This record gives sequence, C-alpha cells and structure tokens, in this order.
Amino acid sequence: MSAILSLEAVSVRLPKNADRPHAMSEVSLALHANEILCVVGESGSGKSMTANSVMRLLPPGVFIDGGRILFEGRDLASLGEAEMRKVRGAGIAMIFQEPMTALNPLRTIGDQIGEMFQLHTDLGKAEIAAKVQELLEEVRIPEPKAAAKAYPHELSGGQRQRAMIAMALALDPKVLIADEPTTALDVTTQAQILELIRDLQKRKGTAVLFITHDFGVVAEIADRVAVMSQGRVVEQGAAAEVLGNPQHPYTKQLIAAVPPLEAPPPRELVSEPILTIEHVSKTYRTGGFLGRGQRVTHAVKDVSLTLPKGATLGIVGESGSGKSTLARCLVRLIDPESGSIRISGTDLASLSKSEMRAATRHIQMVFQDPFASLNPRRKAGEAVAQGLIVHGRPRPEAMIRAKELFALVGLDPSATDRYPHEFSGGQRQRIGLARALALEPQVLVADEPVSALDVSVQAQVLKLLAELRQRLGLSIVFITHDLRVAAQVCDIVAVMKNGEVVETGPIGAVFGQPQHPYTRSLLASIPGVGLGRALRPAEEASA
Amino acid sequence: MSFLKLYFRSPPAVIGLVLLLLVLAMAASADWLYPRDPLALAGRPLVWPFSNPRFLLGTDNSGRDIAAQIFHGARISLLIGLVATVISVLIGITIGAFAGYYGDWVDTALMRVTEAFQTLPNFILLLVLVAVFGSTITTVTVAIGIVSWPASARLTRAEFLSLRNREFVQAGRTLGLRDIKLIFGEILPNALPPVIVYASVVMAIAILLESALAFLKLSDPNVASWGNLIGAGRDVLRVQWYVSAIPGVAILVTVLAVSLVGQGLNDALNPRLKGR
Repeated sequence: MSAILSLEAVSVRLPKNADRPHAMSEVSLALHANEILCVVGESGSGKSMTANSVMRLLPPGVFIDGGRILFEGRDLASLGEAEMRKVRGAGIAMIFQEPMTALNPLRTIGDQIGEMFQLHTDLGKAEIAAKVQELLEEVRIPEPKAAAKAYPHELSGGQRQRAMIAMALALDPKVLIADEPTTALDVTTQAQILELIRDLQKRKGTAVLFITHDFGVVAEIADRVAVMSQGRVVEQGAAAEVLGNPQHPYTKQLIAAVPPLEAPPPRELVSEPILTIEHVSKTYRTGGFLGRGQRVTHAVKDVSLTLPKGATLGIVGESGSGKSTLARCLVRLIDPESGSIRISGTDLASLSKSEMRAATRHIQMVFQDPFASLNPRRKAGEAVAQGLIVHGRPRPEAMIRAKELFALVGLDPSATDRYPHEFSGGQRQRIGLARALALEPQVLVADEPVSALDVSVQAQVLKLLAELRQRLGLSIVFITHDLRVAAQVCDIVAVMKNGEVVETGPIGAVFGQPQHPYTRSLLASIPGVGLGRALRPAEEASA
Repeated sequence: MSFLKLYFRSPPAVIGLVLLLLVLAMAASADWLYPRDPLALAGRPLVWPFSNPRFLLGTDNSGRDIAAQIFHGARISLLIGLVATVISVLIGITIGAFAGYYGDWVDTALMRVTEAFQTLPNFILLLVLVAVFGSTITTVTVAIGIVSWPASARLTRAEFLSLRNREFVQAGRTLGLRDIKLIFGEILPNALPPVIVYASVVMAIAILLESALAFLKLSDPNVASWGNLIGAGRDVLRVQWYVSAIPGVAILVTVLAVSLVGQGLNDALNPRLKGR
C-alpha cells in the first residue's frame, strides 16, 4: 500500500532568535489511504508545525528548508502559491482547534460551506444549497436546515466543530488534517466528535492526519501513532504497539504521566470541617429593561458542600457548569447573592469589602492560566512577597520569605528578581502556588491549576501539590474538568451540572459506582478509558 | 537593552530623535547665543534673511531679531508642549482608569463628561477658556491641557477594560490589595505603553494649538513664542513672507520630530505590530 501523503526528511527553519534553529528536523511520515495517523507530542514539539507545513500555512519568517512533501506525486514544498490554493480544500482539507475563530462571525454557516463549492466547482446556486444540506446531515448537526442559516455564535462549540468538519469534507478531500480538533470541547462533546470523525473516515476512506497532545484521544482514534519531541519523530508504529509497549524513553515517560482513572485507596479523613458551603447561589441577569425580556442564568444554584480539614474536595463538571463561578464565590471575587461560606467560624459571604481584605489570609487561590495570572511588569519575587506586605510584614522580611517560598515550591531562590516571562509555564504555576501559600492559608482554592500544562509538567505540579498538602496540612478545593486528574488528587468529589451539584461523595465511590446518569455519561466519555490502567502493571514490572 | 536596539533599528525614529535633540539644543543654547532680550528692538525692521550678518534670519516688522526669537521660542514651545501634555495625560489617565476599572455607573458618568468635552471642537473651547481667564503663558498652557485629555482618557479606559479581569488582577484582589493599589500598581503599568505613545501626538497638538492661538494674537504677547512671531508676520505676509515662514518651519520640524519619536516608541514598545 503506497502512501497518499508522505513527508520525506522535512525540516522547517525558525527565525534566528527562536529557542531552537528548526521547528521540525528531518521529519519523515507516511499517511496511507483509509487510516488515521496521530501525531502526538507536548507543546513546542513541532506537531502543529507539521500540519501547517503540509498546508504551507507557516507564519512569516518560518520556512521549509529541506526535504519533500509528496502528495499525489507532486512536491508540495516547491509548489507555486496558485497551485497550492487548488490543493488546499480540494485535495487536503484542515480543521482547527477553535471553531469559533476559524469561522467567519459575519457569515452564515451555509454560506461558508457553500463557498467551498463556489471556489472549486461550477455548480449552480440551488445545487450548492442542496449539497450543503447533505453535508450538514452527514455531520449530524441537529436541525440542519436551521443550522445552515445560523451564524457561528448561534451554535454550540460542538455544532461549530461539526460545521467545520462539513466544510472540510465538502470536496471529498483525500487527506484531512485535524489540528487538536477536540481540545477546546467538553469531554462529552469530544467523544461525539471523535466518533463522527472515525465514522466519516471509515465511510469515505479519507486519510486523516490527527494532531493531538492527549494520549487518551490517541488511544480512542488512532490506527498508527507518531510521537514527536523537539521537532523530531522519536517513535512511530501501530497504535496498540506504541501505547501498549512503548520503546523510546520519551514515549514511556509521556504515557506514564497520563493519570489513570482509578482513584488510589482512600485516605483517612477527619470529620472536623474547615470549610462549609451552605446554599450558595449566584444568578446572572442580562438584557431587559425594568425586568422585561430579561435572561436569567443560574450560574450557581443552591450549592452545599463540606470540606474536612486536610482533605481535597474536587469540583468537576463541563464548561458552563458553574464550577469556576463557585470557586470565585469562595474567595469573594464574585459576591454570592445568598448562602454562607464558613471557614473556621467566620462567614465569608457576609463580610464587608474591607473585612474580606483582612480575611483573605485564610483562603487563597491558584489560577488556571500560568501566563495571565502573573503581572508581566512585576518581578516574580515581588509577586510572592506582595501579599505579605499588604498584610503588614516589612518589605525586607517579606522578600526573604519569598525566597523561602521559592525553595518550598521547587524553584531556585535566586530567581526571585526575574520577570515572569523568563519562566516556563510549569515554573510560573509554581510561582502562583508560592504566592498563594505566602499568607499561610488554611484553604487553597485551585481553579484548573494544571489544565494549561503539558502532561509531564502536569504530573510534577500535581505531585508538588500533594506534597505540600501533606507537609503544610492544607485543605484544598480543586476545580477541574479533567476526571483523570480529579481521580488522582481528590478525596471527595462533587459533580456539577448547570450550576447544581448532581452527585457528591468519596472519589472512589462516585467514580466506581456513579449514581447520577450525568456522572455516568461523563465517565463514559473519557477517551482511552483503559489507557492508564493497562500500563500500570507494565511499569511496575520494569521498576 | 533590547528596547533601545529596537528603537534605533527604524530610520524615521532616529531622524525624529535627531531633530528633537536639535530643537532641544536650540532651546538650551538660546541664552548663550542670544543673551539679549529677544523681544527688544535690535535693528531696522524687515531686514531680509542673509542680507545682514548681524541678523542671520533677518528682523520682523518691529525690528526684532528673528533668529533670537526662534531660539528663545524653542524653549517656550517645548515648555508649553511638555507641560500641557503632562496635564492632559494625567487627567486622561485618572479619568480613564477609574471609568475602566469600576465600570457601571462610574463609567457612565465619567464617559458622559468625556463625550461632552469631545463634542465641543477643542479649539473653540480653548478660545473660551483664554477669553475668560486671560492669556498669560500659564493659563494658555493649562487651558491646552484641559481641552486635550479626552482621547487619552478613552485610550486608558479601553486598556483597563481589557486588563481588569485578567487573572493577575484577580490574584491581587485575593491577596487583599486595595482598589487604588490594583489600579495604579498592577493595571496601570500594563496599560501605559499606548498612552505614552499617544502623548507624543498630544504634544504635537499642544504646540500647534499654542501657535494657532498666537496667530489670532490671543496668546501671551510678553514671551517670544513661535506662534507670536507668526502672528506678527501676518500683517506683512504678502511681501515679507519670511517673518511667518521661518517660525512656521520651526514648528513643522518640531511637530514632525515629536511624531516620528512617538511612532518609533510605538514600534519599539509593540514589536509584534510592526510589519503588519
């Protein structure tokens, strides 16, 4: 079987001041008809560059400086721009990570899909409209007639991605490149989209080049896998082979870092609660004048939870479930409109603004985005010392304490006078952690603290968090959408949906015998369920 | 430092800086080169430039040395430009910061005030202020500052709107920082670069506004400003055009220099925008 698309020792050159000279060095891949090849790697591994170099959509200053990209007997690397335009869309189509930004917000879905036919065929208007309907039915968009007339913002994320897929498949391309197509989606939607891609691929015999960072997704969808690191392919082979019996140490390390879905044996918990959340609600009202035509959203609806001392309470749910709003209510970044939040006797929800400023020392927060959560114009050490200074410590003392905290979270204490941009994502998250710990809080609220990190860095940060919990006797509220992560760090878990807690209990019980249908569907949607489990014994055997 | 390197990479920015330094040098050397009062009578009126070595740039219609007025005028123009800019940017930043940070009714109230200022043509407003408060150099400068703040207020507000919900600001709030500290310590340093760049535009406008006032003979007549010289030359514009043209060129060069420096700053502060 000959390859339909093959990369032969392709190198892509980066501009002079980049962190390495080549984004891809001598990458060789072969994509056959009727198969899904997953290219997997961490951020900066060059996996997205691979997709972009095939489409010749490289950013300015970046160019292919070696090798050939063969598609239907032609070398795409040396093709003229006009010929390349004919290949894009008709021969090779692409779907992107964020369907909202990949679609034009000012034009209807049907219009944008129809454009593919206008550009590449001479079909009439009525024929195009019929084709568009057919495509939308094929990608199983609910109410395809209405969807064709809808604007991108009127559809949900999953529906938008379906529309993108319809657009990509419009001209029956031989090759479909999917660049992290499900990363921006919720886990239940992700499962549906993966199934759709798999199904369409089988039916049409398309070859799919699937770029992802998630080994769960790889386990779910791949026929063959290529693992990339630092711009090189370190290992490739059949999916079962690479996932079940990885050869290269980097692949082994990556797969071992994927947290298994089973919870470790439960820890002994004290019954004394440190944080009690009772009947907390937060409603958003938008639009309307004097109450007419208002849209009311119950972001958090009558939530009651208890966090025992020294325990970790996981709050899991999909986007829009209200988990982040709840976290922000706990630290009073958002004022809840009813209910109480008691921490060692004080009701945080009823404190005035200035009383809350003093009470912040009891409850601190770690944020999701390691790039946005640090002020780019403030030195890392100052960011950590800031809280201490605000709460009355003299500056020199606070700076010394900042150095100690740097050591505590595993950073070099002499790095305190560097700026945030000089640190990597994982290091910045450690700085965020040090800042939150500076005030020696009793409760730490962590809002998706690892979801922006690569899987190996994620494992390190989670390990650090577990260590600190042990050492400092911290109690943690851990917000996450990733059930694998939740299984590893939480003692108790609460599943949220549309602002309400639908199920709560010890993690082992909730994940082992889920009671609520929503919890069951969440657990069933996790890609590559058996992945971590299958590997554990092998790892133990080698250790 | 990479900032300076980026700045010096662009030729127009370097030209602007050289021109600006030239004007500054003129202002600095005025007392030394022309120690006499520039407004004192020096010789026959309306001597053409380069015809008498004593008056290199000639004399105006009252017989005052034009070169001396240009050199001393550089001080006044730069001073007015600088002080008016500082006043305008300070007002703008304060109003924009509070409006953008607090939003809601604070924003509504402050923005309505800003719009009220914006809908009035600022030169008309300037004329009213000068007519009411008199035309000493101080009132003229303050008045120019007062009429030119709305744009920097809008700019600051827009920056604050996009920055105020960033996680680092929320982190500051969870640490227990007061609003004032969050506004001026955390958000403002990040919001400042575009405002600094815009300040160069304000400075160019301030210099032009002052000369426009002087052209109408409404600026302070007791100082040697370029605008006053243009105003004086107005009466003999058709024959002895050089009396107005020479200070006109001086203003052109200064405004150009300030704008080029501003553009250079913009490119150096936002390197990603360049080349688009």
